[in-house]
Formats: sequence, C-alpha cells, structure tokens
Amino acid sequence: MDERKLFAHELEARLDELLLLSLRQRSAEEPAALLEALPRQMQERVLHWAGVAAQTSDDLGWLIVSLAATRAASLGENFDDWVRAGLDAYDRSGLAATRKALNEFAETHRNREQRSQGGVSFAAIEGRLSRFLHALDGRPLKLVSGKTAWTDTETLWLPERLDVAPDATANRLLYKAMAALLWAQTRFGTFNLDPEAELELWSDRGRGLAWFALFEAMRLEACIALELPGLALDIARLRGPWPADLAAAAAKLARPEATVADSLACMAERRRVGAGDTPNFPHVGALDPVAARRVRAARITREMAIVRRALNVLRGTGPNGAAADKSDYPPLAAESETQVVDPQFDLLSLPPPAREAAKSLMQDFGEIPPEALHPAGPGAWQPVDAVDTPITASCTTPPDAFYDEWDYRRAAWRHDWCHLYEMEAPAGDHGWVDEVRRRHAHLIRSIRRRFEALRGEDKPQRRQFDGEEIDLDAQVEARADRKSGAEPSSRLFIHRRRVERSLAVMFMVDMSGSTKGWVNDAERESLVLLCEAIESLGDSYAIYGFSGWTRTHCDIYRIKRFGDRYDAATRQRIAGIEARDYTRMGVAVRHLSGLLVRQNTRHKLLVTLSDGRPDDYGDEYRGRYGIEDTRRALLEAREKGVRSYCVTIDRHGADYLPQLYGPAHYSVIDDAKKLPQKIAEIYRKLTG
Amino acid sequence: MNNTNPAGRTDVRADLRKLATPLVRLASEPYYHATGDELAVFEAAARSCLPVMLKGPTGCGKTRFVEHMAWRLKRPLVTVACHDDLTTADLVGRYLIVGDETVWMDGPLVAAVRAGAICYLDEIVEARKDTTVVIHPLTDSRRALPVEKRGEYIEAPPDFMLVISYNPGYQSVLKEMKPSTRQRFVALDFDYPEAEVEARIVAHEGGVDADTAKKLVKLGSLTRKLKGAGLDEGAGTRLLVHAAQLIAAGMAPPIACTAAIARPLADEADTRDALDDLIRAVF
Repeated sequence: MDERKLFAHELEARLDELLLLSLRQRSAEEPAALLEALPRQMQERVLHWAGVAAQTSDDLGWLIVSLAATRAASLGENFDDWVRAGLDAYDRSGLAATRKALNEFAETHRNREQRSQGGVSFAAIEGRLSRFLHALDGRPLKLVSGKTAWTDTETLWLPERLDVAPDATANRLLYKAMAALLWAQTRFGTFNLDPEAELELWSDRGRGLAWFALFEAMRLEACIALELPGLALDIARLRGPWPADLAAAAAKLARPEATVADSLACMAERRRVGAGDTPNFPHVGALDPVAARRVRAARITREMAIVRRALNVLRGTGPNGAAADKSDYPPLAAESETQVVDPQFDLLSLPPPAREAAKSLMQDFGEIPPEALHPAGPGAWQPVDAVDTPITASCTTPPDAFYDEWDYRRAAWRHDWCHLYEMEAPAGDHGWVDEVRRRHAHLIRSIRRRFEALRGEDKPQRRQFDGEEIDLDAQVEARADRKSGAEPSSRLFIHRRRVERSLAVMFMVDMSGSTKGWVNDAERESLVLLCEAIESLGDSYAIYGFSGWTRTHCDIYRIKRFGDRYDAATRQRIAGIEARDYTRMGVAVRHLSGLLVRQNTRHKLLVTLSDGRPDDYGDEYRGRYGIEDTRRALLEAREKGVRSYCVTIDRHGADYLPQLYGPAHYSVIDDAKKLPQKIAEIYRKLTG
Repeated sequence: MNNTNPAGRTDVRADLRKLATPLVRLASEPYYHATGDELAVFEAAARSCLPVMLKGPTGCGKTRFVEHMAWRLKRPLVTVACHDDLTTADLVGRYLIVGDETVWMDGPLVAAVRAGAICYLDEIVEARKDTTVVIHPLTDSRRALPVEKRGEYIEAPPDFMLVISYNPGYQSVLKEMKPSTRQRFVALDFDYPEAEVEARIVAHEGGVDADTAKKLVKLGSLTRKLKGAGLDEGAGTRLLVHAAQLIAAGMAPPIACTAAIARPLADEADTRDALDDLIRAVF
C-alpha cells in the first residue's frame, strides 16, 4: 500500500463517493480535515468501515465517519471492535442506540487505558516494599496481599491492586504510605491497649473502628516523622490537609508523648458529639484489634519464655544444671550468680535469640514486663503441643545405619539413637522437568552464560613448563636471572587449560511436611536450575532428600548420587520430590556429610535447602534440642573439612541460623517463588 | 632490548627509582575514632613484634586504622592491595633488565622489611594460595624473609610489622584463609561503630553538620538490615562519608545518597527501589 497520507480533499472525494453525500447536501469537509492527521493505514480502515456501514444505511455510514474523525486516533487497535459494536447496536435498536453504544465503548476503552497506565498491582511492588519494611526497625513483618490493608502485628495485608490515584507514581506512594502506617501500628503500640471498652459504646462497631484507625493514623504519622521525616512528609503530602473539624485532634495526637490512649480519648469525644462517617483517606488501613490481640498474646507467651529461659542461663540457675547451658553462649560478663543482669539496661548481655525476643517484647509493652525478668525456674517452658504416644517403627527391615545424636541437656551422646534408612527416591512426572526448563529457558540461558565465566576453562596459566604461548614476563625474568648469574627458571610458557575447581557439592533437600505446596515447587524448580547450571560448570554434585518420623525412622532419599548423570531418570526423581514428614536434621547432616567426605576433591560443600528449623514428631527434637544437635552435626562436618551453607525460606530463620551456620553462611529468601531465581546466584557467589 | 645508548640508560635508572616501592610516612594524624581497645592491642602487638589480622566488613575503617597506627607508631607504611594474580615476585621483588645489566627491584614486602615499616596486605584472601605462604617465615619466631632469587636472608628489624585484613562476610568457600595462615596472627574484630560514634565520624570526615550526619547513619543502619535480604552487605561507614562529602560539596542530600549509597550497593531493581524509598524516608 502507498504509505502517503491522503490529503483532506482526497478524503473528502472518497467519502463523498462512498456515502453519496452530495445527494444529501452534506459536506465531508469537516471529518475529512480531521482524518487528514491519521496515518494512511488508519485512514484506509475508516474508509473501509464507512463503506461497510453505508451498505446498511448511508446515515449509519455518516455517523461512523463523523465519530471516527475524533475517536479513531485514541481507539487505535480497538477501532475495528468499536465499529462492530456500533453496527451491532444499529441492527438491534437503530441509529440513536448506535450513537450511544459507540460513545460508551470509547468511554470504557479510555478508562481502561488510563487505569492500566496508572494502576499498580501488589505483585509489582511487593519486592520493593518487603525490602523497605525489612530495613525498618522492629520485628520482621510478612507481606501478603488481601482485600484491605490491615495487620495482625506479624503479617501485613495490602490490597491486590491500587488505582485510586491518577498515576502509577502516586499509587506506589499510596502503597508505601499504607505499609508504613501498618508498620507503625506494630512499632508504636497501636495494639498495646485494649480498645474493646470504647468500641462497645459505639452502636456501629465498624464506624468506631474506622475512627480509631483514623486517629491512630494521625498519631502514627507524627511518630514516623520523628524517625523518618521524609516518609512522614510524603504521607502528609499524599493525604492533603486534615478536615478542619479534626485539626485540633490531629494536633493533639501529634505531640510526641501521645499514646494510643489519646487516640481512644479522641474517639470518645467524637462519639459524644455524634460521629458520622470518617472522611475518606485511602492511605488509612483497617483495624482488627481482636485478630491482632490473639497473635500478640501468642507471641508474648512465646517470647516471655525465651527471655526467662535466657535469664536462667545468665543467672546460672538453668533447669538442667547450669554448666551444660552456660557453655552454649558466648562468655558473659555476668557469669556469677550474685550479679543480676537487667536486660532493661543491657540487652546485649542476652544471647541473640533472646535479645530479639526481648526487643520484640519491648515493642509490645514499651518496656520488658517485670514478670519476664523472673527466671523460669526448674521445669522451664516447653512447647505445649506435647505428644506422649510413642511411635514404634513400622518398618521390619533393619536400618541401613545407626547414628549417635547429641543431647545438650545431658551434654552427652545418645548412642545409635537414630535409625537411618537410605532409599531411592520415587520417580515423578517425567514431563515436569521439561516444562520447568521450557518455562525458565531464558533464565537457564543467562545462568549458563554467567557460570561459564566461572569455569575457568580458558584461563591462561602462566609460568608453565610448556604451553601454547610464550610467557613474556617469564622470559624477561629468566633472561635477567641468567644475566645476573642466577639459575633461570624453565617455566616460560602460558598454558591454557581447564582449571580444576576440585569441588564436590551435596544438596540436602528438606522434604518435611511443611514444604508442601509452594516451597516444594520452589525446591524442585531450584534443583532443576541448579543442575543445569552446575552441569555447565562440571562440579561434582549430589542431591539427597531427607525426612523422617521419630528417631527410629529417619529417611534419606537418593535423588542423584555423585556418580549419577543428570539424565531422564534423575530428572524424574527431582520431579518426584514431595513433602513428607518431619525435619530431623542432625542425622541427615551426619549421613550426607559422611558421603561427601568420601569424595576426592579439595573443597567439599554441603548446601541445605530448607523451610525452617529442625523439628521432629513429638516435642523432643523441636526447639533447642534439635538446634543443638544440628549444630553439633555441622561442627563435626566442619572438622572433616565439609563447609556448610543453608538456603532457607524461613523468614524467622535469622533467629537460629547464625547459631547453626555462622553469620555469613546462610541466605534467607523471603519468598519461595524467588528461590529458583536466587539459588544459582547464591551458588555462584559461594563457589566463585 | 639491547639498548646501549648511555643517555637512554641513565633515563632508565631514573625511571627505576620512580618504580621503587613508596614508603609512606604520614605527616599528619589520620582521623580515627577508637571504638574499643584496638589501639592498645595493636600497640602491644607492635611492641611484641607480633603480626596482626584485621577482620571486618568493607568500609568500616580497617585501612584507616592501619594508617592511624603507622602515624602513631611513627613507622613508614607500605600497602598492598591483594588480587588473584598477585605472585610471589610481586611481593618479594624481581630482576629487571637495564641495558645489558640486570637490576634487582625490591618488592613491597622486602622494601617494608628493610625499612622496618608496617606492611599492610589488604584483602589477603584474594591473593593466590601459594603467594600467602611467603609471609609465613615473617610471622613466626624466625621473623625473616628468604629471597631465593638473590640467595638473601633478610632478618626483619624490630620495627617491621605485618598487618593483613580480610572480610569474613565474603561467602565463597574457595576463598577461605587456611588455618596455617590464620593462626599466626593476633586478630582484631572490626564492625560498624555505634550510631553516635559513627555520626561523629561521618560529620568529621564528610564535613557535614551533626543532624545530617545522624540521618546518614540512620540510613546506613537501615541498609545494614538488608544484608542477606537483597544486599550482600549494608552501607559501610566509607559510603556514608562519601555521601556526606557530596552533600558538603553542595548536592541535595537525597541525590547525594542515591549516588553515593544506593547505586553502589545494588543493581537489582527491587532492592534499588527499596533503597531509594529508604533515602526518601530518612530525609
């Protein structure tokens, strides 16, 4: 087609011809002038549809042309649909309906266009926001999407999508403001006072809560301003001024000494003067004090126990004899019993998990509650879900191996305590891996490219006895040596050869029941990506899964042994990894590091993929016992020359992972979905 | 190669002198704010002729500490930034050809031993394994450096001191220091200073007022919480000082922080945006 645009007079002539305008004493001059600006392709489309419409009725053709003149540019690709909608309306209800239908179509199209430009989805901002929140002070918060914005003090819910504001920047800011206010609710004590007494006086509880949320927003904004003035400024700009009748309350709540009690007082005042609906401030989320108090109470019980137990240790009155417990913590200034440690003043004297718990308690109470400062005494707190029915091994075959387990309370081994069964992992769906490879084809390509740089295959080795190139530096040096009477070196060549990385890696995959769903998918996908990556590197690697059900039933699943190739059978076994029972980690570490040690490489690395702390059926292995045993197993591995690294999806992993793996030897991935993307990068850094 | 032009030869000689390892003698006191007993430990180690290892995250003041100690002890300082192609000859020295003669050039380590200087090997784990071994005889009771090429055995004077640094936060298993090397050193742990102290350092080094310094330190502490969750390491004091210097040079604080802190730390879009948000939040 000729690309030249048609001029107005040409358009006018064509339209006249199509619609027989001159017979009706109409002039196409005006629409033709507007159509002149369109690209040729669009002009032809308008003419085409004008002709089509004119076959039904000249009036319809005229209507389409006159509306198209102003609408065509904005409709773009949807122009054809727009005309069809018009023709359809004409067939059903005549010319007047056609005009209406055409206008409506254009209007909805315009709105949709605007929305998709300006709206922001939760998924698009999640990564950015979760990092932002992570960096802020206070206990870690989980970020998920929901209907409204609210928090139960441990999880933040934010709406699926925001298009309240006209453009994307403003909507992103709105997300940030919402999240920041919810964070501030947990940080500055919104839930530290029970609002039920006040709420009961409201005939409409929903309205009462809305007012409570609004007054809290006023107070919290001022709290934020003290720590993060820029953020508070952003929020203030976003919301605009408070309504005039609330300005006094806002000023009162902005005082630095204001607490949640002041917000409740403002509520009561509102109630007395007769409150209507709250003014609409989109950045103020909802409040659910009941849910929040439930989560808060559970947390307080848990953390109180942790702090009290830590104090036991500090004061040398541990429930199981002081000596065993004390040795587990770094040397403390206050080892003697007479010296009383007050965590109110010296948080640093507590061991790291208790320190976190104490900080979290301070967040909940404003100080550490005095009852937490009483040591728990003998028979300290244990997780409550104790189960006393012992499970006997249902398996009749003898175990493949027995392993000792470390009991920190006895400070001694339990001999042949764990019964280990090693078996081939069941094969899964053979199409699954192919599907993952297809889905991540791009990622795999880029990982391979990056890994190839690591391979060092073409790395020139200097100062060799023979090689493809002359090493000039060495030649010069040798000549100089000869001149000076010293014996010159005969290593004068550069040899390009593959540098042996000499690394064996064991992947230990958590197959406990808690990995069911996303985590399991993420683990399997990560393994596929890892295999693809490591294959290109040539490192020796193996994959084993572990799960179990009490000490008499510790299972290890062979997915890929060191000698196995990454072939169809291996791929099926990866696909077949599924969530099973529990996480008795110590015995798995012992068994797999034993296999790893037999590898004849210089470096040996044990990488654990997991979703949480060690755990087993019953309450014995849960908590401290499991962590201590696992720590012991990792130390043993370390002594045998095995380095350990842990990749976990447990957001609270930061509590115990430093204890297990050391401060630099673990990564916490906040979102299981991101594991596959991250894992290859972690591996590259780890071995680069 | 075979240049016999006498004029050319003197030029080369002059050139060689320029190439010799510079012994830095610090004229004025490098600013350093002690946070623990590191000054005392280092001085005691210096008196006892013991080598010292500095551990800590990047940009927390290890290099500055060594400079400060060199000034305090009034000894010259030789700094070597280690990299994975660093050979023994690069440290010890080599013969060069000048016209028809060969001339021996002392490497930085030998130069430091001869002068009784402090030799600082920065990021020692980056160096090749076989290279790190040459420092062994200097770090035990022998305190001497054999130079095989020359058949020379240089005994270190009491003023010579070896200092190495490394960052335990690096996660590569292939870049670990061998126990046989580590166990020769007196080790000092470095970490980011407390907020108040760090603010004073940033204010002093960056030339900004106390309030700006406090905000920068706040930003720094927020980024450090992202270690392991998007960042390999949070902003070190050095980055904060850079930002402060940009601010002192007239940049608006958010722009300075973006350029000096956010961009150097992260490439990934989410993390970068989160850092931008943090900067906006603090200022």
